[in-house]
Amino acid sequence: MREVTLAQQAAVVVDRLTKCFGERTAYSEVSFEVAHGEVFGFLGPNGAGKTTMVRTLGTLIEPSSGTATVAGIPLAPDNAVEIRQHVSIMPEAPGLYLRLTVSENLEYFAGLYGLHQPAARIRDALDAVNLGDRAGDLCGGLSKGLRQRVGLARTLLSDPVVMFLDEPTSGLDPVATREVHNLITNLRQSGTTIFLTTHRLEEAERLCDRVAILNTTLRTVGRTEDLRAQLFTKTLVVQTLEPLGDPGRLFTGIPGVDGWRSDGPGSYVLSVPDPRRVAPEVTRGLVAAGADVVSIGEAKHSLEDVYLELVDEDVEARGQ
Amino acid sequence: MMSMDTARVRAVVRKELRDYRRRRSIVVAMIILPVVFLIEPTLTVFLAPAGTNLQVPLLLLLLIPVVTPSTLAAYSIVGEREQGTMEPLLTTPLRQEEFILGKASAVMIPTLVLSYAVFGLFLAVVRIFAKSAASTAVFHQGPVLLAIALLTPLMAGWAVIVGMAVSVRASEIRVAQQLGMVASFPPLVAVILLALGVFHPSVRVALLFAGVLLLIDARAVPLVSRMFDRERLVTGKKADRPRGAIGMWRGRAD
Repeated sequence: MREVTLAQQAAVVVDRLTKCFGERTAYSEVSFEVAHGEVFGFLGPNGAGKTTMVRTLGTLIEPSSGTATVAGIPLAPDNAVEIRQHVSIMPEAPGLYLRLTVSENLEYFAGLYGLHQPAARIRDALDAVNLGDRAGDLCGGLSKGLRQRVGLARTLLSDPVVMFLDEPTSGLDPVATREVHNLITNLRQSGTTIFLTTHRLEEAERLCDRVAILNTTLRTVGRTEDLRAQLFTKTLVVQTLEPLGDPGRLFTGIPGVDGWRSDGPGSYVLSVPDPRRVAPEVTRGLVAAGADVVSIGEAKHSLEDVYLELVDEDVEARGQ
Repeated sequence: MMSMDTARVRAVVRKELRDYRRRRSIVVAMIILPVVFLIEPTLTVFLAPAGTNLQVPLLLLLLIPVVTPSTLAAYSIVGEREQGTMEPLLTTPLRQEEFILGKASAVMIPTLVLSYAVFGLFLAVVRIFAKSAASTAVFHQGPVLLAIALLTPLMAGWAVIVGMAVSVRASEIRVAQQLGMVASFPPLVAVILLALGVFHPSVRVALLFAGVLLLIDARAVPLVSRMFDRERLVTGKKADRPRGAIGMWRGRAD
């Protein structure tokens, strides 16, 4: 599946990229694009190839076949340093020098990026992750959450065109997670392109403009609402105080109801083309039939439903 | 030819030296080893009867620049892997030649400071405290003293580069440090051959040794850089390059 309708300039273009480790395929024939300024979620089960994709696009490992462009630069060995100059990657483990202080860690990386006025950049990066007052602390003495924030500050240092965040909230408590979410939201507002791999589907749903679901091959890519519409028929969920006497006759007689099924005593799921238009008709029909209506509402499918639907399909396909 | 950014090399050196200072065990080990190698020549000069051959005990001082950096050099790359700092480092614009040169320089600096300091301390102690005959005997070993002064940085370079070559390939620190000690074998063999009288220390021999070591050291950084496989360092697996498939990545060193 290849996404073709995007903003004119793509920050990342991946075309039929494949990576094999010997006999094992990490990901195969993957194609997608990420627009400038977009927060792009990259989801998939463990071993799906997400981290390998990030490492490939960050020039840490080489693809087996296919092409890609990162920050407008073709992915090729001669361009590797230039690509790394324009992107930043935060691996799942922050990888800090524990005997150095927070600012010494950042100073090192500022030197590697050849930044001008590194002290000011370090201060700004630490302020962005609310660590301005911990600059002199040894990294070895910080909690996991604080180390993760130092790792984030490090990715901010070079003011990258594309930022790859690999599970940035992994192992963080809810408060630290919320801070990371706020930071990503702020970065989006400043126009930074963010490539976010995560297991937290609610995180992807909340933060990402679009998501891709990878399970060795790319299963789907798009906006979450479009994915929901693609995968699930629109439904109304009806609950009555007592089970209906003849629900089949009642529901098939209501205009706009394409089908129905019982979902337990007094609970019914109706397939409808337009829930907002059909809901009043259903209400009138139920009231006319003397039913005591408890609730009528549109069934909401989460990104988790989309994810599980696609990943379960893969599990079933492999089982066969 | 790829350009080398000296600012990035300096950043690596600065960080490494800062990191060493915070590791007390490293500082202690680096000081103890040269002192141990100082014992034999000092005892020989002070206790041996007049007329004892001082060439071999003095040449033992040449083992200081070989043994001192071996642990640090062997730790340099595999250590980054084990503490999980390699991947963030590889995501920066740092080229492998810059990384190798920075790491090598950071090991060389304390090694040379210590080696020359110990050498100088030895000569000073002999001059001040040894009997006049013993002192004169030491300071008349011109070729040996020249060899020590000349070969110290080259020997250190050899040890650092062998240690780093092992470190690039090793999967864990202990293996790297044990294999890194291999670096001290060739200089040790040279000292044994001198002791057995297979060849005699002379200015010509010292210059020949220096020439050979200079050649090896000069070619070593690019050689070790070529052994540096980003993919293997990150994933633990060698890059799988199918013949003729996507040849653009083959043999490239970034």
